[in-house]
Parts: sequence; C-alpha cells; structure tokens
Amino acid sequence: MPSTDDEHWFDDAAGRLIRPYTVSNGRTEPTLRMELLSLVMATGRPAHNQLGPDHSLALGLCGQPTSVAEIAARLRLPAVVTKILLCDLVDCGAVDTRAPDPIADPTNPAVLETILDALQRRL
Amino acid sequence: MPYNDGSDIFPSALKLLIAGGFGVGKTTFVGSVSEIAPLRTEEILTTASIGTDDLSGVERKSTTTVAMDFGRITISSEYVLYLFGTPGQERFWFMWDELCNGAMGAVVLADTRRLEDCFAAVDFFESRGIAFLVAVNEFDLDYRYEPDDVRGALDLKPETPVIFCDARDRKSAHGVLISLTKHLLDSQIARDTVPHNGASA
Repeated sequence: MPSTDDEHWFDDAAGRLIRPYTVSNGRTEPTLRMELLSLVMATGRPAHNQLGPDHSLALGLCGQPTSVAEIAARLRLPAVVTKILLCDLVDCGAVDTRAPDPIADPTNPAVLETILDALQRRL
Repeated sequence: MPYNDGSDIFPSALKLLIAGGFGVGKTTFVGSVSEIAPLRTEEILTTASIGTDDLSGVERKSTTTVAMDFGRITISSEYVLYLFGTPGQERFWFMWDELCNGAMGAVVLADTRRLEDCFAAVDFFESRGIAFLVAVNEFDLDYRYEPDDVRGALDLKPETPVIFCDARDRKSAHGVLISLTKHLLDSQIARDTVPHNGASA
C-alpha cells in the first residue's frame, strides 16, 4: 500500500510508483546549471499556479538555505529531477539559488582553519 | 512585501567524501558526525556499456541509479560541511563526476579483513589529486595491525595518514575528520613551500 500521508505515490517496499521523469514532464535536463551542493531558498514570491504538487513540496522545503541534495533526499526524487523542479521555481522567481562558492576551495587555509575549530568545538 | 535577494544569507557548502568497501561503516560514520540523520539521495547516470557488462555488439546507452548517503555539519554562519558516503557499487560512483568535483578531501574507511575493498577508492583519489587519509574502522574482534602494515598493504604514499577509528563512536569519528582537516592544511603548506617549476627565471 502506498503511504496515505504522503502526497507522493510512494511505497515503502517498491519505492516511487511513478517513473521519475514523469514528475518533470518528461524533461531530463535542468534549465540552469545547478549542483548537488547548490543552495536554494524561497524568496517569498508565490510560485505561479501552473506548477504541480511536487513543485509545492519542493518549495515547502526551501524555507532556509538548503542544498539540492537535501531537497532531493526529502522528496525521494533523483537529483536531476529535483533540479528540474527547482529550476522551474527559480524561473518563476519563487526560489533563489547560489552555486557552491569557489572561494571555499580546498586550497584555502583560512577555510580549513575554520573547519578545524568548529570540529574541535563539537567534541 | 519585503523581498530578500539572499545575498547575505547563503552560506557556502563544502564537501568531504567518505569512501570504502561495501559494509565497512560509511553510513554509520556519517551518522556519527552529522547533525541530521543521514539522508539518501539518488542520481540517474547515463552510461555507455561500462565495467564488466559485456554487451559486445550491443552499442547502446543505458541508465543506472546511484544512491548516496550524506549528512551535514554546520561549521559557521558562512560554511556548511556535507559528508557524502559513496555507495558500495564502486564502479558507478566513480562516474558521478559532480559528486567528486570540488571535494575538499576524503576519508577511505578500511576493514583490515578486507583491505582490498578500498584499493579502488585509494587509486581513484590519488589519480584525481584529492587528498585523503585511511581510517581503519576497528571491528571488535580484529587483530590490531600497525599503521605501517596497512600503509604497505595499500601501497600508500608516505604522506597519506593512516589512523584507527570506531565509526560508531561520535568522538572517534570526529577525530577522523579533525585528522583529515589537519592533513589538508599540511598538504597545503607543503604545496606552498615547494617552488613551482619555472616560477623563477
């Protein structure tokens, strides 16, 4: 039985009961370059009402800066399909996005020191 | 309506990879350090017949789904660190370029009873120039190996650290990430002190 409290057609044993690209209307490519660790956040502007229930669910998860990976996991959709939904939301102004910061590259010692401090504080 | 352009709100997302053989404790490790219960995300990869699938004469693309477990640690208001545990189907995650691009570093979790399971990850990170350390996940009944035994068996470069951990233990798993971060800092210092070829006339 699909779980009744879930707007997804999702079965715990079988997984999603509709094919993944159905959600994106058959589209397989996002309209913007978006990465797993791109962050997205709702702007407060409403999404236009032609968008489907999966868009609403995605938008509901964007209350604070959240990674594409996290939204994909919570929607239980493949990352590429999630990106297509999020790009629709960006296109209509409901969501803002930010690519991973190139400043935060592994060769930046200041970033590494910040991480080290934070990890040591967690112990 | 007040409208936020988000320019001051977005932190930067950083990425570490947790690799190793199937069942070595990658998701357990992620769960020990993450501030959220590990999540699973999937990607659909398009592959031209790869790996061991012999499709001689059948030249067609196929798709495969790769799943990845991950967790997160908020470092500061500016940085969020994501930890991705690579799945057991090694030959697929190597193709997930997006996952590997931009990774700050990696932990290769090893089980001394099945060291060969992490050869692929070691080779991969060495070839991609991603700094990593090897963390031996100590299972209860293990014979205790010396780090040099592991180093020899995996044919590691001398600068690659080998440490021991208990992936189930929060403190121990944090210790691994701290060691990795120190290793990344050391690698950076080493790189900066080596003169670049052709830098001086």
